[in-house]
Amino acid sequence: MIEIIIAVAVLSILAVLFGGVLGFASVRFKVEGNPVVDQIDALLPQTQCGQCSYPGCRPYAQAIAENEEKINKCPPGGEGTIQAIADLLGVDPEPLDAEHGEEKDSKMVAVIREEECIGCTKCIQACPVDAILGAAKQMHTVIADECTGCDLCLDPCPVDCIDMVPVDHGLAGWHWDLPTNIIATDKSHPQHHADDEEKAA
Amino acid sequence: MKSTVNMTHFQLHDFVGGIHPPENKQQSLNSPIADAGIPTQLILPLSQHIGAPSECLVNPGDRVLKGQLIAEAKGFVSANLHAPSSGVISAIEDRQLPHPSGMTGTCIVIDTDGKDEWIPHSGISDFLCAEPQVLIEAIQQAGIAGLGGAGFPTHVKASAKAEQIQTLIINAAECEPYITADDILMQERADEIIQGIEILQRILQPECVLIGVEDNKPKAIAALEAALADSKDDTHKIHVITIPTKYPSGGEKQLIQILTGQEVPAGGIPADIGIVCQNVGTAQAIYRAVAEGEPLIRRITTVTGNASTEPRNFDALLGTPVSHLLNKANTNMAQLSRLVMGGPMMGFSLNDTAIPVVKATNCIIAATSQELPDPAMEQACIRCGMCTQACPAQLLPQQLYWFSKSSNLEQATAHNIADCIECGACAYVCPSNIPLVQYYRHTKGEIKLADADKAKSDRAKERFEARLARQEREAAEKEAKRKARAEAAAKKQAEKKAAATAPATESAIQAADKGADLEALQKKLAAAKLGVEKSKEKLAAAEAEGSDKVEIFRSAVEKAQQKMKDAAKAIAEAKKAEKAAATTATDKGDPNSPERLKNKWDLAQGRLEAAQTRLAEAESSGSEKVDALKLAVENQTTRVSEAKAAYEAALAKPTVNAENQASQPAAASVIDIDALEKKVLAAQTRVDKASERLTMAQEQGLDTISALETGLQKQQQKLDEAKAALSQAKAQTEQTGHEVKA
Repeated sequence: MIEIIIAVAVLSILAVLFGGVLGFASVRFKVEGNPVVDQIDALLPQTQCGQCSYPGCRPYAQAIAENEEKINKCPPGGEGTIQAIADLLGVDPEPLDAEHGEEKDSKMVAVIREEECIGCTKCIQACPVDAILGAAKQMHTVIADECTGCDLCLDPCPVDCIDMVPVDHGLAGWHWDLPTNIIATDKSHPQHHADDEEKAA
Repeated sequence: MKSTVNMTHFQLHDFVGGIHPPENKQQSLNSPIADAGIPTQLILPLSQHIGAPSECLVNPGDRVLKGQLIAEAKGFVSANLHAPSSGVISAIEDRQLPHPSGMTGTCIVIDTDGKDEWIPHSGISDFLCAEPQVLIEAIQQAGIAGLGGAGFPTHVKASAKAEQIQTLIINAAECEPYITADDILMQERADEIIQGIEILQRILQPECVLIGVEDNKPKAIAALEAALADSKDDTHKIHVITIPTKYPSGGEKQLIQILTGQEVPAGGIPADIGIVCQNVGTAQAIYRAVAEGEPLIRRITTVTGNASTEPRNFDALLGTPVSHLLNKANTNMAQLSRLVMGGPMMGFSLNDTAIPVVKATNCIIAATSQELPDPAMEQACIRCGMCTQACPAQLLPQQLYWFSKSSNLEQATAHNIADCIECGACAYVCPSNIPLVQYYRHTKGEIKLADADKAKSDRAKERFEARLARQEREAAEKEAKRKARAEAAAKKQAEKKAAATAPATESAIQAADKGADLEALQKKLAAAKLGVEKSKEKLAAAEAEGSDKVEIFRSAVEKAQQKMKDAAKAIAEAKKAEKAAATTATDKGDPNSPERLKNKWDLAQGRLEAAQTRLAEAESSGSEKVDALKLAVENQTTRVSEAKAAYEAALAKPTVNAENQASQPAAASVIDIDALEKKVLAAQTRVDKASERLTMAQEQGLDTISALETGLQKQQQKLDEAKAALSQAKAQTEQTGHEVKA
């Protein structure tokens, strides 16, 4: 009988002890906010374009983390972002939801045709990253380095003087391509077979 | 530390890995340096160096002289560009660049006139006594960039803090196959090289200078030794060190390791460990620039390869098209299968012979198909590990290959892909012919791009959040303003209400103002009194006569008495109102009271602010009312200042207030007098009544006569007392009135 009491007492003491330690730890090492949201947010391209139907990248990250929103609604990020979020969350990557737009081949930047700008400031108000400079009845211009290429300035422009052009970094932006993989039997006529491969693709 | 170094005892170190490819150097060493002459057209890209492209200073059609500055360095890490020969600028346009991308870039094109007319120039004669800063300036002006192949602006390296530099290493290893430009330069112009080194010594003040030369260049070593022996330098700080031939011993980091045993830290530069490394050709160019005042307009370029029948080194002007050099070397264009700029290990293929020689072009290989066959087909990696053994940077090429293939940038970074010098040793030894370097170059580019994207997206996030914060703040400010406006409106409303209730007091004031009214009331009272007495007399007469009209007279008396009472009441009320008016007048009556002035000032201030905001709005919307609003703002400003001045003046004159306060006791005494007068009146009535009753009793012969008599006397006494008090109070009031006036 006494052994049982001792066992119960020891276990109770241990339970109280560990409970205390865990309780202390949960208070002492409390994580502010949801760290998953930050991680997802870091993977998103931060164009703040709203194509996912959320008002910015963070709200979308929040929706993914908290409301189980689909991860395939970010056209600027494209497949790369979908893959990265899928890896982070341990879910299956899905193809990009075409409803929200298509992935562009190259990064875009907005350019204002300045002689046509009437200075209405509507694009300035639409720009999510304050990348457009100008004042009322003054010509506006885009700070190309800060433009995320989100397209949000296109719609408000009453005279359609904004173009989206691919970013060109010139020589500084160039880097080597991956070697083209051709198989050993192509050796004699590499060019010929490369063409065939392209056709097959 | 190594000033006592003796060449025979110099302790050489080694670097891990490396390879021994066929040298193929002898072909181009059979003839001395030849002048490549002046081609008809010179093509000068604005970006011939690492750093910002230089800025064009000339226009098409301008005539330029040899050595004239045609493009200026843009920023510190950039280099000047000079016309290599005299002629006319025929175009400034995009031409294909000597770059692995095959991209085009802005080039200045000079149609030469063959006169080769120099711009006036002069060097520094006693350059070994010149200030280091003067020498650096001369190097910078000459537009010298590293001639070893990378093209890093030399003045940047030379600007390292002298106290920080212990060792100056002159890179004369020239380890890459085929290239002999440095070798032949050392053989033929060793004296200029040594003097160039002395200039660098003067600038950097190193403890020792080590010239690292591979042992496959015995003639160059002999020439350098001879030049050193001839030189005026007697400090014996310059040493020619022969190092074993092994590729890539000419790599900056590898050469430093061989000569000093030290490793340049990852991501660092040699200056971090007290070393500056310069190419031997750069040293010669420095001599030409400082001693002769010649900018960098020419360089030694090897033209070799089995397709050229006379391979040799050319002293070529920058901008010389490759085709011109190939012609000079008698190249068989039919045999030419691959044209490489640079060495076979690190160079890149050219697909156009119009591409010009630039500052970093040390070699042109016109190779036949047997000599440099198309790259063999890539096979699967068999994990043999030979690449790891060959890597001079002690990396894990195989791992980097897998990470590159799977685009695992994170892991590639973690495995220090940034420290890869792209020497190609791993690809050279790979039995599966995997173009490993190209994988690494691609991955490096991807990492650079990803880093740039990350930096940009971080900045975009920051800007977005800043914008949200700003919008929130603006909304809050708007809300606060709206609230303030609502409060102000509510206050105004309350004031209006107060004003609506005020008429009562105002009427009182009016009543008070109509002092005539009070007098009229008093007259009425007197008349009523008279009426009462008369009707009493009539009543008494009627009673005495025993007339029937007694009852009628009685009611008449009562009516008269009622009238009198009403009149008294009216007087009392009028006086009360007067009193109230007097009290309120002290608060509200004075339009110059500080409170009122303050209110006025506040009001004016508010109006001014409103006018200003309206003006700002008008200005931002470009309205035409701006001028009118400006005027309004000015007017308002003057009003505000007036109001303020008035308020301050009021504060400074408390006497105004004091006067107000002094009038208060006067008002109080007025009230006393009123009360006393009432008392007197009441006493009078009682006396009258008592005497009336007494007369009635006497007439009727009642027993109560004596009692009534004593009552009458008492009433009379009280009346006298009241009268005395009244006269006293009046006297007092007059006195205070005089005092106030005084």
